[in-house]
Amino acid sequence: MTATATSAALADIGRSDATLRAFLHGLPGVDQVGAEQRAAMLATRSIKTTAKAWAIDLAIRMVDLTTLEGADTPGKVRALSAKARRPDPADPSCPAVAALCVYPSMVPVAAPELAGSGVHLASVATAFPSGQAPLDVKLADTKAAVAAGADEIDMVINRGAFLAGRYQEVYDEIVAVKDACGGAHLKVILETGELATYDNVRRASWLAMLAGGDFVKTSTGKVPVAATLPVTLVMLEAVRDFRAASGRQVGVKPAGGIRTTKDAIKYLVVVNETAGEDWLHPDWFRFGASTLLNDLLMQRTKLKTGRYSGPDYFTVD
Amino acid sequence: MFEYAPAPESRSIVDIKPSYGLFVNGEWVDSEVRDKTVNPANEEVLAEVAWATESEVDGAVRAARAAYENVWSKMPGRERAKYLFRIARIIQERGRELAVLESLDNGKPIRESRDVDVPLVAAHFFYYAGWADKLGYAGFGDDPRPLGVAGQVIPWNFPLLMLAWKIAPALACGNTVVLKPAETTPLTALVFAEICQEAELPPGVVNIVTGAGETGHALVSHPGVDKVAFTGSTEVGRAIARAVAGTRKKLTLELGGKAANIVFEDAPIDQAVEGIVNGIFFNQGHVCCAGSRLLVQESMYDEVLAALKRRMALLRVGDPLDKNTDIGAINSAAQLERIRTLSEIGSEEGASRWSPPCELPDRGFWFAPTIFTGVTQAHRIAREEIFGPVLSVLTFRTPAEAVEKANNTPYGLSAGVWTDKGSRILWMADRLRAGVVWANTFNKFDPTSPFGGYKESGYGREGGRHGLEAYLDV
Repeated sequence: MTATATSAALADIGRSDATLRAFLHGLPGVDQVGAEQRAAMLATRSIKTTAKAWAIDLAIRMVDLTTLEGADTPGKVRALSAKARRPDPADPSCPAVAALCVYPSMVPVAAPELAGSGVHLASVATAFPSGQAPLDVKLADTKAAVAAGADEIDMVINRGAFLAGRYQEVYDEIVAVKDACGGAHLKVILETGELATYDNVRRASWLAMLAGGDFVKTSTGKVPVAATLPVTLVMLEAVRDFRAASGRQVGVKPAGGIRTTKDAIKYLVVVNETAGEDWLHPDWFRFGASTLLNDLLMQRTKLKTGRYSGPDYFTVD
Repeated sequence: MFEYAPAPESRSIVDIKPSYGLFVNGEWVDSEVRDKTVNPANEEVLAEVAWATESEVDGAVRAARAAYENVWSKMPGRERAKYLFRIARIIQERGRELAVLESLDNGKPIRESRDVDVPLVAAHFFYYAGWADKLGYAGFGDDPRPLGVAGQVIPWNFPLLMLAWKIAPALACGNTVVLKPAETTPLTALVFAEICQEAELPPGVVNIVTGAGETGHALVSHPGVDKVAFTGSTEVGRAIARAVAGTRKKLTLELGGKAANIVFEDAPIDQAVEGIVNGIFFNQGHVCCAGSRLLVQESMYDEVLAALKRRMALLRVGDPLDKNTDIGAINSAAQLERIRTLSEIGSEEGASRWSPPCELPDRGFWFAPTIFTGVTQAHRIAREEIFGPVLSVLTFRTPAEAVEKANNTPYGLSAGVWTDKGSRILWMADRLRAGVVWANTFNKFDPTSPFGGYKESGYGREGGRHGLEAYLDV
């Protein structure tokens, strides 16, 4: 089906609940055991020496350095902005991260800090993390973040509507938010931990892509189950198939729970052997993480110097 | 480009002796060295091994008989279990060593010997250890008796795993064994002999005689053998059946296969493609139950084939000891020749051949993963077992046609069904004449699950409760 669909036909799918349902439920199923087995096998890949150094630098460049706490203050956000620009002050060869990700109220603080640095400024929006607010509030949230300088918006989908089968509602909301984003990139958070099945993850990924999302993202990090390797695998299959069908490339962002270099490299292997090398770029793959960055820096230094330095040699922000 | 740097497993953990004798009555017996076993990945000689003569086989059978009469058949099941548990634990402890050695001698990737072969070997011993004192509850009477001395001949594709499939149930039931490993892959069986010593298994309970066809013939036709178990080619299986005919010997045979892997249009495509790849390229296709015939529903043919080719382009062929290798070396020059010959016949008969671009090492025995499309039931590559990384792709229109084509083979070892529809899985499984039917998976093994064939794939079952029957006087 996917190979024969044209992009015009794809655009038509969103016109009604019935067409969306027919399309999403017509996608090939995901066998849970098989998908998890494939992810587990890829996790056994052994990435050493030069390949590891390459992967660590790429992973640093893919980090969306994130702080999404009620306790966030301008001071904290400024500190993290500095970290995003220069993750390892002791080593100028260390690349900057992809983006800083904050709440909308913190965008005005972060924008001047990051101006001209090449580091993107992402803001969660649309009543993050639950998404349980009226549409006009969500759109206002989005517009405010963009107006204050965010060039990437991480929205949450309406899981309640999705699980109730009201696909059109979810679709229309994504379309409206995308419109409100203007020139900003839209990442669509599926909250896969709440979608529960891989079939749902695949359907929600397609729904988000059909509605115009630029990225599909696993999680808010605010529910118990965040990003997993098999969920990311299923989403990477979806973006791969979507590009084959529509010609448009969509990015993937696992977020939450990825804390170690070892984990991050496993994700990069899955990207490499699922969607392919076209996705091995910060424009197309991101890690939503906070503690991951310091572990990447520590492993980077270890590879360069041959020894481990303690955590005190890396900044805590 | 994400180029994975070489990640070789260290071979320093294995200590291969320059030459090996025979393991008889708990001791190493010198024998005339007559063969070399080589690493198929680079043709390096690993060790010299003996080919046991008829009189040496006779000695081994006598040792097994004495151990059976005097020790093993008299020992309570719970005591036999202790030895089997001990062997299982030592296998786990020496797991890395066994995995490296298996990959060196056989050519299979370390990922498979480490993650599949060796864990299954240990699991088999653990599982049958558990049966040893519960045989009265297995459904074969209150106190089923062992058969006596088992003569066992195993193939080169899963050297240590096939050894475990043979030895674990035999010992659990109270039999003693003389086992002949394949001439190209004797080394892990010889290390297993060391493990028997380490476990202080009573002498003569396990005897290992290396050698080729003549040794195997001497073993299966020895009048002192009560039970013959063979895994290997249908041709040799026939010869063994003839040799055993008219004797009191019990016989189980696990022979070739030409399994159909059937993909319906409603299958989970990404996982089905993984299953196709795993079905035929696992262990370089040196698997008797390999899914060597892919039957795709015609309505999904283009999608499945495109996805399969995309996936095959990712297969990493090369050094078996590299942890990232997916496909290792073909086990021997003779096997490589057979795969080449049958592949050429496939092309000559009009099927189209495709392999992903892949560089093969200069030395050693290598064959790129290959698929043939446009194959019909009349092609030899759709009927004969190739025993290599070569897949024949056929199509079907309806479930009934899928069953008909799948069963239209002299073999009947395994089959795979890929569909999201549970009722169809059951409908297919009822009709497929195959010992194992996998649903939405392939090449899955477990010691609790019986394995064996219909028709020319042999008879008898190995594994599970059913596997006990082959080693009990019932």
